Amino acid sequence: MTIVKHELKQGKTSFLIWTSSIGFLLAICVFLFPEMKGEMDGISETFASMGSFTAAFGMDRLNFGTLIGFYAIECGNVLGLGGAFYAALCAVSILTKEEKDKTAEFLLTHPISRTKIITEKLIAVLIQITAMNLIIYALSVGSMTMIGEEIPWKEVNLLHFAYYLLQMELAGICFGISAFLRKGSIGVGLGIAIMMYFLNLIANIAEVAKYLKYITPFGYCDGADIVSNGCLNSTMVAIGMTMGIVGISVAYLHYTRKDIH
Amino acid sequence: MDAIKIMKLTKYYGKHRGIIDLDLSVKKGDFFGFIGPNGAGKSTTIRTLLGLISPTEGSTQIFGMDAVEDKQAILHKVGYLPSEAAFYSGMKVKDVLKLSAGLRKKDCGAEAKLLCERLQLDTARKVEELSFGNRKKVAIVCALQHCPELLILDEPTSGLDPLMQKEFFDILQERNKQGATVFLSSHVLSEIQRNCTRAAIIRDGRIIACDSVDSLARTSAKRITIHGQVDLDKLDGVRDRKDSMDSVSFLYSGDIHDLLQVLSACQLSDLTITEPDLEEIFLHYYEKDGDTV
Repeated sequence: MTIVKHELKQGKTSFLIWTSSIGFLLAICVFLFPEMKGEMDGISETFASMGSFTAAFGMDRLNFGTLIGFYAIECGNVLGLGGAFYAALCAVSILTKEEKDKTAEFLLTHPISRTKIITEKLIAVLIQITAMNLIIYALSVGSMTMIGEEIPWKEVNLLHFAYYLLQMELAGICFGISAFLRKGSIGVGLGIAIMMYFLNLIANIAEVAKYLKYITPFGYCDGADIVSNGCLNSTMVAIGMTMGIVGISVAYLHYTRKDIH
Repeated sequence: MDAIKIMKLTKYYGKHRGIIDLDLSVKKGDFFGFIGPNGAGKSTTIRTLLGLISPTEGSTQIFGMDAVEDKQAILHKVGYLPSEAAFYSGMKVKDVLKLSAGLRKKDCGAEAKLLCERLQLDTARKVEELSFGNRKKVAIVCALQHCPELLILDEPTSGLDPLMQKEFFDILQERNKQGATVFLSSHVLSEIQRNCTRAAIIRDGRIIACDSVDSLARTSAKRITIHGQVDLDKLDGVRDRKDSMDSVSFLYSGDIHDLLQVLSACQLSDLTITEPDLEEIFLHYYEKDGDTV
């Protein structure tokens, strides 16, 4: 577990910055809700009549005037994007950075198998993502309690769980990519996260592009679907988890026999 | 037993040559020099030994264990000093040393302290604040603190000041006397000549000579310096000819009788015949195709 500990120490600053930024933004938004609630009736109608923009964010099916409707949209953007960025960045750089910073010669000439290095690095990524989600969940539920609203537990839990799965999937894919790259990983990670996000927006707008929802993890994180169905789309989740696992397997297959320069 | 045994090792990077058909063995307890210019394949050979890259063909053994199959067991016994020492930013020297020991599951605190004192390394500093030479010292301690049986050193002295170089080689000599095998890759010949017992010369991915340092230096070639009027045109085996005002100096590897006959017909005021130093032989290996002197 030496490498896990080492990676957690190395990633500490990044973890604290991302977790506090996302948590802080989520809490701020929740605190804004009581003030906005009174004016929501008008706003909801306005939001509902902005055409494809409305559809893109699922605002045609969610009621902005309820806490869960408000939270699902706001959560979708803050936690969805923020969490996706963090998970992608964290995973895509974890193997690459050894070669980029030339520390590979140090690490890989110690008597540890590459398989063990990959496993410990993967554990470090999963710990960081899990810890971030738990902290953010606590902050979010805490702030809802503070504004005195009744908490829609089931929907909130489902939303947070869906975003946790999304981050796991992206982390798995990016981890696989990380095994191949030798430099410039950050751009790739951000690019993938943004691409996935926009694929979902497109799927929401255009009926012909609906199938994209099965490709992007944002498909099973759609607040409107989760709130109205009361469950996650198990097919999409299954596809997503498979992609994540494929990414991780590819990392093991490639990194164990990669030539290190 | 051989500490290192390389058999028919070939490595291509795509179409680029790394090393070709390399055979080399280093006996246990040797202080072995590995000489070659930049890009000759020194680092490729070392990286294969350490399992960082896998060979295209051939195999390597360390203490009789296969470099691919038994990599972990090998790395337990090996200390490696990379030519470019890089560490994780934000870490203090002592944390790096502790991390390295932790990865080996070994407590090396006492040995590390001793080495840091001898090399005058401040362990409270952060690694990214260190100069190149001081970073090198961190790498040296990492390579030595677990008292490995085989030391693989890739251009170890670059960046070290002369006093530190001396201290470093003193440590290596001590380790060697205690039974450790040292494999020293370098292009500083004086370093090899002073410290190593055996050496191999690599050029363009192939070993072109491998022998004891004494016999590598002691070849049939002589450095001849003549003062006076001479005509060397009829003489075979003259290389590296340098003419100055009234003297001429050259490396001669032909028949000594022919030389004497030519010289006896000339007007000489002075003549010296000396052994060429390793540097001259080394240059010769690079200038001409791989035939021995």
